[in-house]
This record gives sequence, structure tokens and C-alpha cells, in this order.
Amino acid sequence: MYDILIFLALMALGYGFGRYAEAKHYKSIIQREQDLQHLPAVSSKVLPKVTHVDNILVSGNVVISVDYFKRFLAMLRNFFGGRITAYETLLDRARREAILRMKEQAKAMGANIIFNVKMETSSIYKGEKDSVGSVEILAYGTALIPKQ
Amino acid sequence: MIITNIETVSGKRIVKHLGLVSGSTVRAKHVGRDIMASLKNIFGGELKGYTELLQESRQEAVERMQQQAESIGANAILNVRLTTSSVAQGAAELFAYGTAVVLEDDHV
Repeated sequence: MYDILIFLALMALGYGFGRYAEAKHYKSIIQREQDLQHLPAVSSKVLPKVTHVDNILVSGNVVISVDYFKRFLAMLRNFFGGRITAYETLLDRARREAILRMKEQAKAMGANIIFNVKMETSSIYKGEKDSVGSVEILAYGTALIPKQ
Repeated sequence: MIITNIETVSGKRIVKHLGLVSGSTVRAKHVGRDIMASLKNIFGGELKGYTELLQESRQEAVERMQQQAESIGANAILNVRLTTSSVAQGAAELFAYGTAVVLEDDHV
């Protein structure tokens, strides 16, 4: 009986906090993406033929965790098959956040473009029975900074 | 020391290749962070402790790679790649590798 109560409580907590956090995070991501629009991050490797620039490696990372409610949804999905939307939004948020952090670092150095952006995803913490606990997303690239 | 993940550096040319250099670090987080992480597993959201930990560790891996490159007389590392792998419960390996080269200004 207590088990069910605890389960329901965790579900409710996960749902409530998770939803609130996600909405807030998306709002902040959209705002910051607009602010950083003038600093493009491209995946091209071909550098322009310019001389007075510094090439510096910049990176941004984020470790994000899925909430209890979403984990339960995903478990159900594992049973029936199909898209796990709960995880899709989680990874989308994490990736955009990592790119934003990379851009913020580059902007602080005075860069005006980031070349050869690479993304890496790794699962760093496994919960019980190998379920996805938390995921790290890393974005890195080469920032071009005009020399003073 | 120029560190970049592209094969070329604008305004410079490669005069000497010195081969692959790498740096790695294996880190575990302390118990306090682990407890926070298990709480976050209920509420969801960012694990700031882990984010910082991994960032610092990665920085260290890059510094080790840089030291290795300096010791063989390179002045730049090109085509740098960063990888992460979970080696055990609660520990992660951060690995950085790239090509050490000697660059000089291109006067053409």
C-alpha cells in the first residue's frame, strides 16, 4: 500500500517539477538564442582566407537528468514501442543549452564565428537496471577571434 | 599554443608534423553530489555539480595534452577531438587527442 503511495507521490513530484522546469528552460533557451543570433556556429571546416584572427577551441557542456514521471512514460513506451517524446524534448533542450554555452564562451572572448562544431552525447550515470539516468551533451568548435 | 579542431589555421602553415598527442583523466564525483543527483533523478533538470565536474576534468585532459605537445616542441595542436566514456559506476573518462604540429606564419 505504502509502495503505491510513494510511487504516486514521486510521479506527481516528477510531473509537476519536470513540467515547470521544462517550460522555464525552453523560455530561457529561446530568449538566449535570439540574443546570440549574430554569432553563427557552423559545422563547416573550411576557414576563410583571412590572416589577423586567433583560432581558439571553445566548448559548452550540460548534464541533464530525466524526471521520475518521464522515466515511467519511457518505460511504458518500451513496452508498446514508438517515439519517446519525453526523452526527445530532454535531449533537444540539453543540446541547445550546450550550443548556447559554447556561444556564450566564444562571445566573452570576442569571437564572431565558430567553425567545425561537433556534438557529443554520452550517458554518464546509469540508474537501476541500466535505465537512462542522466546524459551529458558536449558541443565544441573553433572560434575565430579578430586580433586587436 | 594554438588548439583547434580544424586541420588548418588561418594565416599559418604547417612546417612539421609531430604525431598524435593525447591527454586523459578519469574522475569520480563525491558522495554529496551523488545524493543530489539521485534527487534530481526524481525532479529532473540540470545536474550542475556534474556539469562543472566534467568541464574541469575536460580542461585537465586538454592541459595534459598541451603539456605533452609542448614537451615534443610543438606550437599547435590541430584537429582536436574530445570524447567521454563511462568506465565504471560513478566514474567517467575524459579523453582529448589531436595532432601536434609546428606552425609558422604564412607570408604568401
